[in-house]
Amino acid sequence: MLDAPAAVLTRGLVKRFGEVLAVDGLDLEVRAGELFGLLGPNGAGKTTTINLLTGLARPDRGEFSIAGLDCTRRPRSAQHLIGVVPDESNLYPELTGFDNLSFCASLHGIPRRERAARATKLLSEFGLAEAAGRKFAGYSKGMKRKLTIAAGIIHHPSVLFLDEPTTGIDVQSARHIRQLIADLHRAGTSILLTTHYIEEAERLCGRVAFIVSGRIVRTDTVAALLEPVRERQLLELTVSTNPGAAIELLSRAFGEARFTAVDDSRIRAESSAPLPVGPLVRALEEQGIEVIEARRVRPTLEEVFVATTGLEATALRTEKEKK
Amino acid sequence: MKHWGAFASILAKDMRTYYLKPPNVSWGLVFPLAWTGMFFVRSGANPSELRSLLPGVMTLAVLFGTTSLLAVAITFEKKSRSFERLLLAPVPLSLLMFAKTAGAILFGVLNAFVPVLLAAFFINLSGTNWPALLAGVILTAVSSAFLGLLVAVSVAEVFEAQTISNFFRFPMVFLCGLFFPLERLPAWLRPLSYALPPTYGADIMHQAIGRPGFLPLWLELLILIAFCLVLFVASLRTINRRWIA
Repeated sequence: MLDAPAAVLTRGLVKRFGEVLAVDGLDLEVRAGELFGLLGPNGAGKTTTINLLTGLARPDRGEFSIAGLDCTRRPRSAQHLIGVVPDESNLYPELTGFDNLSFCASLHGIPRRERAARATKLLSEFGLAEAAGRKFAGYSKGMKRKLTIAAGIIHHPSVLFLDEPTTGIDVQSARHIRQLIADLHRAGTSILLTTHYIEEAERLCGRVAFIVSGRIVRTDTVAALLEPVRERQLLELTVSTNPGAAIELLSRAFGEARFTAVDDSRIRAESSAPLPVGPLVRALEEQGIEVIEARRVRPTLEEVFVATTGLEATALRTEKEKK
Repeated sequence: MKHWGAFASILAKDMRTYYLKPPNVSWGLVFPLAWTGMFFVRSGANPSELRSLLPGVMTLAVLFGTTSLLAVAITFEKKSRSFERLLLAPVPLSLLMFAKTAGAILFGVLNAFVPVLLAAFFINLSGTNWPALLAGVILTAVSSAFLGLLVAVSVAEVFEAQTISNFFRFPMVFLCGLFFPLERLPAWLRPLSYALPPTYGADIMHQAIGRPGFLPLWLELLILIAFCLVLFVASLRTINRRWIA
């Protein structure tokens, strides 16, 4: 049996906006049935990449195909195969949830009776059945996001593009949306997910690519990316004073470990050998530094991302959420 | 066939959503209606004067109705990014844009017959060449809608679209022979009149109600069809250049 063509395949994709090189020679492959994460900070080129792949923008150079269909010359030729959930909920504020879904279904040529059945089913699955008759304008941010995802999948696309699906919404809605994405993937949909939430990529995606300044700097499975940091021992201490003095003290006493400040009160201890908590805490308390909390931390993709890209993940996340 | 389902949905949604939006009500309904009322009052219900005014106010109603609706329907959706939903649909761009203009064309056609209904109370409209009148109204509506589309896809805000539209809508009222014959315009302005679609639309309507025209009916219909095609292609190119860039 022949292998299914890649859901998304790009070769040397370039997009420039005036002086700004938004996408710089992008090579990407999302395999059929895969949930692939494109992880990068704000302005890295994630949304531009999605716009290029979905026909909302035209590449200056390079080639790309969707599910084996060459879209380089005709970027809108795979519209019948794709579903898109943009980074902003862009449904029609004057229409109800039900009408929005029915309208989106009609754009994909779904017959009237089938539209109503699909809309009703999706509203129920997304926990929006009670709000079906309410105008979209009156929905909460989380509800808007869910309905936008429902609108993106009502025509059962084989390739789904999800642009920052959980940005700016409450924790409960974000969790529900992640569950829905995982369910879609299990049902066989190929998904390209862009996110700046490292833990989201780690939890959901099979493979992840780090994108910085329009270039892919690394692509691999989450397990392979985590491999180098898996054996690292991490400990986080919360102290009552500025961590500067505590770091100096600990660095002198425990030379085999590396100590860094996470924020105004937290210190991160990192070592290749197991770190005993007791001696660290005692060393600080003997010098009058109170330790409020000490906990072991599992190495995450964040370490790999920071080490690979040289970017501070936390600062970039904060910047995006301010938007 | 599948695509026509999308066409019907877009048309129905736009009619539901935008016909009663405030910028459309003020510029597309109230304004032409006020002009119609003003002219009818000024004519003192004189049948001959009312008959001569009718094509002008009909053209005015079509022009303001279509361009106002498109200014709202396109720019609102562009700004809220819901227009991207249409661009992501597996429907040819030309059909999408025709669907977006269809609501405005229909609005313009309906608007045009409001003055006719009012005039019917004062003058005898028998003897009107209704097919020619309808063809004139439809082609004026289509060409005005595509003109409105060209403006709407070139700007970002509703107020910009309405303001830029006014730059050509108001001069057209005087340049296109709506309320006085083109022969009364200075000779140096007449070439400009001939370059504007409502000139031919208004003249078709004048001829349809039994008044003299400056070109044969068939030729004016052909000229308006040519205007429609040119404006539509220019709009599609603008979208391709600016929106799918």
